[in-house]
Order: sequence, then structure tokens, then C-alpha cells
Amino acid sequence: MTDKTYNADLSRRHFFGKAAAAAGMAVAPGVFLRQVHARPADQAATSEQRWGILIDTDKCAKGCDSCVTACMDENGWGRADASEDKSGPHQKAQWIRKVTIKDKQTGHVQSLPLMCQHCENPPCVDVCPTGASMKRADGIVLVDKHICIGCRYCMMACPYKARSFVHEDLEDQKVVAPRGKGTVESCTMCVHRVDENGTPACVEACNADNHNAMYFGDLKDPNSEISRQLKQYGGKELRADLGLNTGVRYRGL
Amino acid sequence: MKNVQFMEIEGRSFGYLALLGILGAIILVALGAWYVMEHHGHYVTGMNNAVVWGTPHIFAIFLIVAASGALNVASISSVFNKTAYKPLARLSGLLAIALLAGGLMILVLDLGRPDRLIIAMTYYNFKSIFAWNIILYNGFFVIVAVYLWMMMQQSMNKYSKPVGVAAFLWRLILTTGTGSIFGFLVARQGYDAAIMAPLFIAMSFSFGLAIFLLVLMAAYKWTGRPLGDALFRRLKNLLGVFVAGVLYFVLAYHLTNLYATEHHGIEAFILRDGGIYPQLFWIGQIVIGSLLPLLLFYHPSTGKNRTLVGLGALLVIIGGFIQLYVLIIGGQAYPLEIFPGKEVIESSFFDGQVAHYAPSIWEVLLGLGGMAVALIMVALAVKILRFMPTSLADEDVDPHHSA
Ligand code: SF4
Ligand code: SF4
Repeated sequence: MTDKTYNADLSRRHFFGKAAAAAGMAVAPGVFLRQVHARPADQAATSEQRWGILIDTDKCAKGCDSCVTACMDENGWGRADASEDKSGPHQKAQWIRKVTIKDKQTGHVQSLPLMCQHCENPPCVDVCPTGASMKRADGIVLVDKHICIGCRYCMMACPYKARSFVHEDLEDQKVVAPRGKGTVESCTMCVHRVDENGTPACVEACNADNHNAMYFGDLKDPNSEISRQLKQYGGKELRADLGLNTGVRYRGL
Repeated sequence: MKNVQFMEIEGRSFGYLALLGILGAIILVALGAWYVMEHHGHYVTGMNNAVVWGTPHIFAIFLIVAASGALNVASISSVFNKTAYKPLARLSGLLAIALLAGGLMILVLDLGRPDRLIIAMTYYNFKSIFAWNIILYNGFFVIVAVYLWMMMQQSMNKYSKPVGVAAFLWRLILTTGTGSIFGFLVARQGYDAAIMAPLFIAMSFSFGLAIFLLVLMAAYKWTGRPLGDALFRRLKNLLGVFVAGVLYFVLAYHLTNLYATEHHGIEAFILRDGGIYPQLFWIGQIVIGSLLPLLLFYHPSTGKNRTLVGLGALLVIIGGFIQLYVLIIGGQAYPLEIFPGKEVIESSFFDGQVAHYAPSIWEVLLGLGGMAVALIMVALAVKILRFMPTSLADEDVDPHHSA
């Protein structure tokens, strides 16, 4: 029993990489105070944060897929992984995708990225028989590739088609995002960056392109940019009727 | 019940050995198919990231559901004290174990990482219905094995009733668990319904008894043992009731869905617009799998003809497969409703479109292998242990029979 717990902890730690860096990295004075409690490198994520992403669909440019490309490069899937060439288009991984939608009533057309919504009550975690799908204390939902048996029940349960199954052998994996044949994966909110006080690759790319359609931050910190934006302008959950309290929110939907 | 004699089958005939040979060959081919899937990865199968459970799941769930139903005959004899069914109880328990083993084999071999079976057995997330099911399935093996032992060892016979009751309750929970795998999926329009559990129980009664009836007919015909008309008629009529029961729940399911506007999309898809799925539903599930068997069972002329009744049972099985296909594949093919009130006009991941799925040969072979495993287990067990009465002639089994 102890053995098992130990192993699980070890693999998780290994998988999630190093933890938060120095407190001095903080950007705002309010944040600085909170960051005094930033966790040392070997400590687990805490529930003092809840990481989230706000997407402003009015700013998200049609035809732009910088976020998708950045995610591919960062995590090594899609066209960044040349070894995944035998899978058909329906079988290839999709950590994040661009979707264009039209309002049936008004005809208003919008473009937006869609990825794992990092639900607070994630159905994928509920149904996973082994506990491989799990939610970290800071709200990031992940798959532990060492425990996943590839049953795909989580994919059945996810309302957003956010998960992919790896259909074939892969080569040259990114160290920060190990992938494996026969297991399930999805957006990790770039947990390896977040744990070093960084920003997810998609958000960074969106800002670098001056679209500024994505805000990343701590939903529990009232002074964070994302919290202030949400407070002032609001933001919708996809399928709010399911009551999943997603960490990804959309404005302008 | 008069003195029913149980006896092993001789199992030396050419026919018997040929049967074992054929089943063994199917199993070998299935293992080969599994090796291909495992070696290359699941891209060789028909599954994709939208339809994640394919043909192996249809076979597996069919066998698991039927396993629970195959135990019915034993339950009727022990729990409800119907003496006429008593001589059949051992075979019924055996078939239940064998079908479950076949189904689970498929399920495990279709995993992305079958090599991690040990993890599935040691890491449990108790909120997952899948995890409960692992416990329910293992428990079913144990409880039915004990039940068989109570029935087959004379000194233990007195306990066969309480154990039989326990097995009966267990199997109801087990099928509820299997149905709930789907019933608890809030995200999918086709599944999220509490009626899934009773529907699956009705399906288990029907599929399980259909298989039982066919195995019984084959076993008695091939071993030259008598099988009485009265007993056969009872089983046939019971199967008819079960088939009608499934039809009733299917009707109730669709009517409740049609009542709720949010489900109109999936209903139109399955019943009218979904291309292959409405065809499979109306022709396969309703006509071939339900109406035709009912006609064969209850029409005064065909109902007396064993071959035609056997054909009816076969149609129930085929219809059952089709029903699971419509439910499992159709339910996944129907697009997820991620943006209510909006229409997806562009997506790199085919959002808003009907998902594509075509079964691959590897998946079908793996599924057939599971069925062969179940049948070979029965064929071997009846040779080694005393599962089959030497005679099921009416005068030997039914004390009230007047012939
Ligand atoms: S979006 Fe899907 S994969 Fe992500 S947490 Fe929610 S249910 Fe899980
Ligand atoms: S595929 Fe892996 S992560 Fe998903 S439910 Fe199964 S074991 Fe859990």
C-alpha cells in the first residue's frame, strides 16, 4: 500500500516537473504578498490558486491559429510530431483547436480556440477507473500517463471532445510533455510553465501576435488580470448547464 | 423433479473435436488480430478520437450483458422455485461465467494499454462506475462459481437457494452497473438517461436466454440427449416475454426523449435522419431483432417448429448486436452539443459533424474471439464436469407433465 502511494507520488512529481520559482517574480504588489507562500520546488500544487484562462472571442481573429501552432510546438503533437503520421485526420491528437461558430438566430460569426476546459467538477476524472485522470489542487486537470490504461472512458465523458487518444508509436517526445501510445492526453494548461511562474504557450503566442484575446491567471486572486477582467466584463462557461465550473471562460459568446 | 441424472459428455466424437478445433482456430486468429492492433497501435482499428468505443465494445458489452441474463434460468429455479428449470440450472451458471469471461477478454485486449491490467486491479477510483464494474464482474465469477459448487456437490445442495438468491441480486446490480456506464454520461445526448439501467436488464434477460436456448439445443442435439417439447416451449415463451420487454423499454426510452425538446436532435438522428443508424434501428433492431422473433415464437405454426424457434433466438442475438451498435456507435457519432444555439461552420476537429466510424476487420476478429472463448469454455466444461442432465425429456424433468 505505502509502496503504491509512494510510486504514484513519485511519478506525478516527475511528470509535473519542477514547481514555482522565486517570490520576486511577482508582477503586482498584491500578488507579491500572496506569493510569499509560493511553494518550494518539491511541494505539491496547492488550492490557494485556481488557474484559469479567459478568452475574448471578439478579439480572437478568424483564420488565426497561433495558439494552436504554439501548443503543438510546445507539447510536440500535431505537425510538430512528424512520427504521428499513420493516424487519420480523425485519429490525430487535438489538444487545442480553432472553431468558427455562427449564431443560428442572428447569424453572428465568431472564432475561438477550444481545449480542455479544466473543469472544477471534471466528468473525465469522475469516470476514470484508475484515477489516472485527476485534478490538481490548483485546478489543472491532467492525465497521469503511468496509470492510464487507455480505456477511453474519460473521452466518452468529456463534454468538449477535449481529449485525444494516441493511436501509434511516437518518437522524439518533448521532455515537458511525455506522450505515449495507447494513453489519453489533453491540454495540460502548460503545467510545466505554470509551475515555473510562466504562461501557457497559447496565451503567450496570442499576446505576441498582438491579438491579446487570452488572459491566463489565478481565478482565486482578486487582483489578477483575469479576475479583474472577469469581474468587470464577465465570461461564460461552455455548456454552463452541466454545472462543471470550468476554468476556461469565454467573453463575447 | 424425478431423478435427474447429470453426466459429462463423452467428447470423443469427430464432431466434438471439430467444434473445439474451429473455436480454437477463431481464438488464435483473434489473438493475431489483437497482436496487430497492439503492435501498430489503434490507428489500424476503426476507432478515432470522436468514436472512441468501437466494435470490440459492442461484442464485449453484448457478452457481459448476456452473461448476466444467462444466469436467469438458474435464478428462476433457485429463487422462484420453478422445479422444471432445476435441471438446467448448472448449464445456466456455466454459460454465465463463460460469457462474462469472453466479454472481459475483449474489453481488456481492446485497451490502449492491456499490459497495465494490474493497474486496473490495484488502482481504484471509487467514483468511477467502471471501477465498480471491475469489482462487480470479479464478484460475479466468484459468486456463480460458489453457486455451481453448491448445486453440484450433494452435501452442499441445501445452500444452493441462499447462494442462488445472492447471485440473482448480484447480477441485477451488475447489469445496472453496465447500463449506468452509459446512463451517467451527462455530456452525450444519447446516453444520459436513468432508463439505461432497466433497459440493460431487459436486454440481459433477452440476449442471455436466446444464447442459452441455442446452446441448449445444440448441446442436446449433438450429444443425442432428449430435450422435451414442454420444456422447450416454456423457454421459448419466456424468451418471447423478454423480447417484448426490451421492446417496451426501447419504446419508453424514445418516447421520453421525444417529449423533451433538448433530445429531439438525437432522436431525429437515430430514428430518421442519421443515415445508417435509422436503417439499423428500424430494420435491424426492431424488425429483425424484435418483431420477427416474436412472430416466430408465437405464431401457432412456427412456434412449434424447433428450427424456426432456434432461428428466432438467433435473430434476437443479431438484433441485440445491432441494438448495441446503434446505441454505442450512434450515440458517439451524433455530434456533441458544445455551443447550444450556434452552428459550427468551421473546425479542425469536425465539431458539429456526424463522426465517421467503420469497423475494421481486426476489431471484428477480436470480438468473434471473445465469443469463441465463451463457447469453448462451455464445450470443455461439459466434458469435464457434470453440467448436463442425461435427459431433459418432459417425463424426466416435469413432475406435472402429462404426456
Ligand atoms: S474539459 Fe473534458 S477533459 Fe477537460 S477537465 Fe473537463 S471533462 Fe475533463
Ligand atoms: S483512458 Fe486513461 S485517463 Fe481516461 S478514463 Fe481510462 S484510464 Fe482514465
